[in-house]
Amino acid sequence: MRRKSILFLSMALVVAMLFTACSTTTSKEGKKILRSNNSSEPGTLDPALAQGTHESWVLENVFEGLMTFDEKGELVKGMAEDYKISDDGLTYTFTIRDGAKWSNGDPVTAEDFEFTWKRALDPEMAANYATILYYIKGGEAYNTGKGSRDDVQVKALDERTLEVTLEFPTAYFLELTAFYTYFPVNKKVVESNPDWAKKPDTHISNGPFKLVKWDHNAKLVLEKNDLYYNAKKIKLDGIDLDIIEDQNTAWQKYDGGEYDLLTDLPTSVVNQLQTEGNKELSIGAQVGTYYYNINPDVKPLNNAKVRKSLSMALDRETIVKDITQGGQMAAEGVVPYGLMDEKGKEFREGAGNLIEYNPEKAKGLLEEGLKEEGMTIQDFNNANIVLLYNTSESHKKIAQAAQEMWRTNLGVEIGLENVEFQVKLDREQSGDYDISRAGWIGDFMDPMTMIELWWSDSAFNDAKYNNPKYDKLLLEAKTTMDQKVRMGNFREAEKMLMEDMPVIPVYFYTQPYVQKSNVEGIVKVPIRYPVITYADIK
Amino acid sequence: MGKYILKRLAMTIVTIWAIITITFVLMHSVPGNPFANENKNIPEVVYQNLMKKYGLDKPLSEQYGIYLKNIARGNFGESMKSNVETVNEMIARGFPVSASLGAQALLIALIFGPALGAIAALHQNKVPDYISMIISIIGVSVPSFVMGSFLIQFVARNVGWIPIGGWGEWRHTILPSIALALMPLAEMSRLMRSSMLEVMGQDYIKTAKSKGLSNTIVILKHAVRNAILPIVSMLGTTVSNLLVGSFVIEKIFGIPGLGMFFTNSIYNRDYTLIMGVTVFYAVILIIMLLIVDIAYMLIDPKIRLTEEGH
Amino acid sequence: MKADTIYTQEMFEKAPRELRNTENIRRPSIKYWPDVWRRLKQDKLAMVGLILLIIMGIMSIAGIHISGFKYYEQDYDKINMKPNGEYWFGTDELGRDLFSRAWLGTRYSLIIGLLAALIDLSIGVIYGGIAGMSSTRVDAIMMRITEVIYSIPYMLVVVLLSVVFSTAGAGTSMFVLVFAMTITDWVPMANLVRGQVLQLKESEYSMASESLGASNGWILKKHIVPNTMGPILVTVTLTIPRAIFAEATLGFLGLGLQPPKPSLGTLANDGLAGMAVGNFYQILIPSILISLIMFSFNVLGDGLRDAMDPRLRK
Repeated sequence: MRRKSILFLSMALVVAMLFTACSTTTSKEGKKILRSNNSSEPGTLDPALAQGTHESWVLENVFEGLMTFDEKGELVKGMAEDYKISDDGLTYTFTIRDGAKWSNGDPVTAEDFEFTWKRALDPEMAANYATILYYIKGGEAYNTGKGSRDDVQVKALDERTLEVTLEFPTAYFLELTAFYTYFPVNKKVVESNPDWAKKPDTHISNGPFKLVKWDHNAKLVLEKNDLYYNAKKIKLDGIDLDIIEDQNTAWQKYDGGEYDLLTDLPTSVVNQLQTEGNKELSIGAQVGTYYYNINPDVKPLNNAKVRKSLSMALDRETIVKDITQGGQMAAEGVVPYGLMDEKGKEFREGAGNLIEYNPEKAKGLLEEGLKEEGMTIQDFNNANIVLLYNTSESHKKIAQAAQEMWRTNLGVEIGLENVEFQVKLDREQSGDYDISRAGWIGDFMDPMTMIELWWSDSAFNDAKYNNPKYDKLLLEAKTTMDQKVRMGNFREAEKMLMEDMPVIPVYFYTQPYVQKSNVEGIVKVPIRYPVITYADIK
Repeated sequence: MGKYILKRLAMTIVTIWAIITITFVLMHSVPGNPFANENKNIPEVVYQNLMKKYGLDKPLSEQYGIYLKNIARGNFGESMKSNVETVNEMIARGFPVSASLGAQALLIALIFGPALGAIAALHQNKVPDYISMIISIIGVSVPSFVMGSFLIQFVARNVGWIPIGGWGEWRHTILPSIALALMPLAEMSRLMRSSMLEVMGQDYIKTAKSKGLSNTIVILKHAVRNAILPIVSMLGTTVSNLLVGSFVIEKIFGIPGLGMFFTNSIYNRDYTLIMGVTVFYAVILIIMLLIVDIAYMLIDPKIRLTEEGH
Repeated sequence: MKADTIYTQEMFEKAPRELRNTENIRRPSIKYWPDVWRRLKQDKLAMVGLILLIIMGIMSIAGIHISGFKYYEQDYDKINMKPNGEYWFGTDELGRDLFSRAWLGTRYSLIIGLLAALIDLSIGVIYGGIAGMSSTRVDAIMMRITEVIYSIPYMLVVVLLSVVFSTAGAGTSMFVLVFAMTITDWVPMANLVRGQVLQLKESEYSMASESLGASNGWILKKHIVPNTMGPILVTVTLTIPRAIFAEATLGFLGLGLQPPKPSLGTLANDGLAGMAVGNFYQILIPSILISLIMFSFNVLGDGLRDAMDPRLRK
């Protein structure tokens, strides 16, 4: 009896195999589908609740903000047909594009935007990224429970006119409207169905593509949205995104021809592709800095000389050349390349290299600093200083290299500890660390996106940097439209920061990605993942 | 026997309660906040709202009570990380994936493992015995993550119609089920070999042979039937091992099963999901063990005769 | 074989000399352990396992001093070098000598395995011994407790606990790993010991001693402990590889030892990245070492079981 059932099962298995074997790879003939991997399952596809690249890469293709990035990677009008900025730089009046439609045929209205932004600021909504809407007057007060919804200064004057008043004149506000938290949602749909974003058939969007299938943790399928006003510019018929977390497996799939494009590559692969000069590899620009936080409450790290000596003992050129190997650049400060100053030139070049590698000097500085604290190198080693990093292959590699550089250049022993990301954040916030790895990718193209991290009140200021002079420079930069003053202040602030060294910048991020030779039209906007919206497959 | 099953059921409930309690205590003693995120500084009000939404603002004892009550109703609550699905929905989606993968692996192991062992035993110290020994040594001694990666590198990359990873069609299940099956297959074959050798030396086999039954009949009707008993009793552990393997295999092959949820939920500190998956796993396993025990009782003639022999 | 067997002269063979006086119940007093050892020596596979273990044990102590490279020394000019005359096992992504790292990894993996087995053994023997020697009621309660503990899935606990402890500030140290692995894993040992104790308690020779006025402790020491050693040893040889395997899996899931200290699991995990670009030796070496350890302990365990099985005793 048992043997019979086994026989039956194996027969069923064979039949199933035959059946599936002939039903594959047929339906998509003649359609241009871009296949890639979205490295983790989106926690949501509601723009208000999104919080990371695993969500935004999808959202940026299915939604569109007032402004958007075009096929050349330039900021252009999206849902806005036109905009006016008042002379004081505080009031923006947007005219919504005529003929802009939702994927269900509804027109996109100014009211949708008002509703969306207030919804994301609603404390009940508990939206993670609501802070990026604080530029709107009254936004912070409402979100923190100190103000009311009606005081948020965004108003639909009529069906197609939207008026926004800002807290400060913000030079980069237009760019912010291309950020995903600013993407509109359809008021009617959202109000009638709170679960609208959970299923593809109720997921109504206004972008070049629409969501048609979402197999959780396995696959996302996007299809061209024919109602999109600029549909003729979109050459793809659809985008298939797998959801595979393992970098090596994803790379094998790309290498084996199952993907057309892949971001998030294993470092060893990037290294090899670079050495062999592989044309499929692009090193995309990215605005971001990789750095180590230093806890100023831990002795002897409270001493600026000790912190500077740790920084000076790091051979960043070797780290980017031999360890990270993804075309990264050795950090020269906290503001990375790609951000412009008042003359339209690289801010970084104007500010100069503020970081030095000098083992000799580092050793001297360390001894001086330790003396000031009444300690010896032995005491330093007895303090069991530990570098905390979140579990990841590349962080581990860099941490091990840094550990070894500190050991050989300074003679100090620093331990390593890896924890999960959530734990690291928690321990940083509660000050339970000595040195911790951190990274910051800019949200907008202005040095402010980096400099404001060390504002004494900033929630991201894990190194607890507190310098009234620094705060004053920042505040001044925030409230003026005068670029010369702003950039001057940024340069001064950054110099101040590198003197006190509350954080040790290591390198400036890049984003390596690969694409098959028949894929065209991928653009890299520094603050975004490679933009696949305008891609074409030949 | 009814009394025995009842007793076992009562024990099962106690065990499940213990697991719920242990997991609950563990999860709430761990540092790491599910609402922390690098790119946000949530205002106090929002934080309070989040805590309220998930009932984390209540005293621990009350949270425990609520949690027990909800589980009794079969409700594992809302995931703290996903705004898309509840824990129940995730389990309902992930479990069939893991289960089908596990079932396929078990099937492979059950078809080939005992057969390999039996053949080895019948040809003791001859070529088939050595082949089976090599297979079982590889199966027992190569970690599943190495095996999985090797299968991707050497099989999937070279055989066009076998995909490298991912989920959706039957083709996707081939390599992961093989990688998963290898360990239990090897264990079963080893066990079968030794129990077969033992059985073949028993008096009743000699008797059967001396009665003049053909070799095939003796082997199939008497030897295999008796030798397979230890494998049945091993099934409970095997299922548990398949589950262990699935953590790794699902990660390597990008399979959206329960194992992946479990590891991811731990990384994300998604308390409700961790507790949900743990309790669910435990319940499934304990029920499996119960079934195996009862099945064993029904199959094994010795136990049947003595009723309360357990 | 034919249906009707005719018994002929040549089907019988002469009984060997020593079997002729089977009425004499006292066997020539072969000591238990030398006897086991004698039969183990005849099991070629088990001996291969034993010799391999001894070699690996020695290498795990001496191996890191042979190549002259420290396991943590990085040489950025010598990254990802294939095995060669200078670096016998090649180098890793940071230019470290894999020979030293592999043997140090073997050391940590073996220590983890042995430590886990030792803890299982102590808890198991104490708990099982107490349960077996206690009254029926205490025994029943103690066994219910083990049932509850053991039905918690092993890997689930290990992963959960290593996360809990490593985040509670203890770091993923070796002791955390071992603790997580042993917290449920001592149960089979306890069950085994209890079973043995019960069986022996009922056995005629301990009853005989008891009726002759021997104390419980004396029975435990003189009869029960020596007689349970066999099955216990077999279980131990199977616990060690399980712990090593679990550590390797944890290493793969990112919960292994802290770098720069390697274990075979973390080395294999690091090697996976190398595999994608064709550096197979980086994963092959730790995998082979893990496999050899697993193989050795498994065949040794099997061999011991056979050597100790009274039914197979000649």
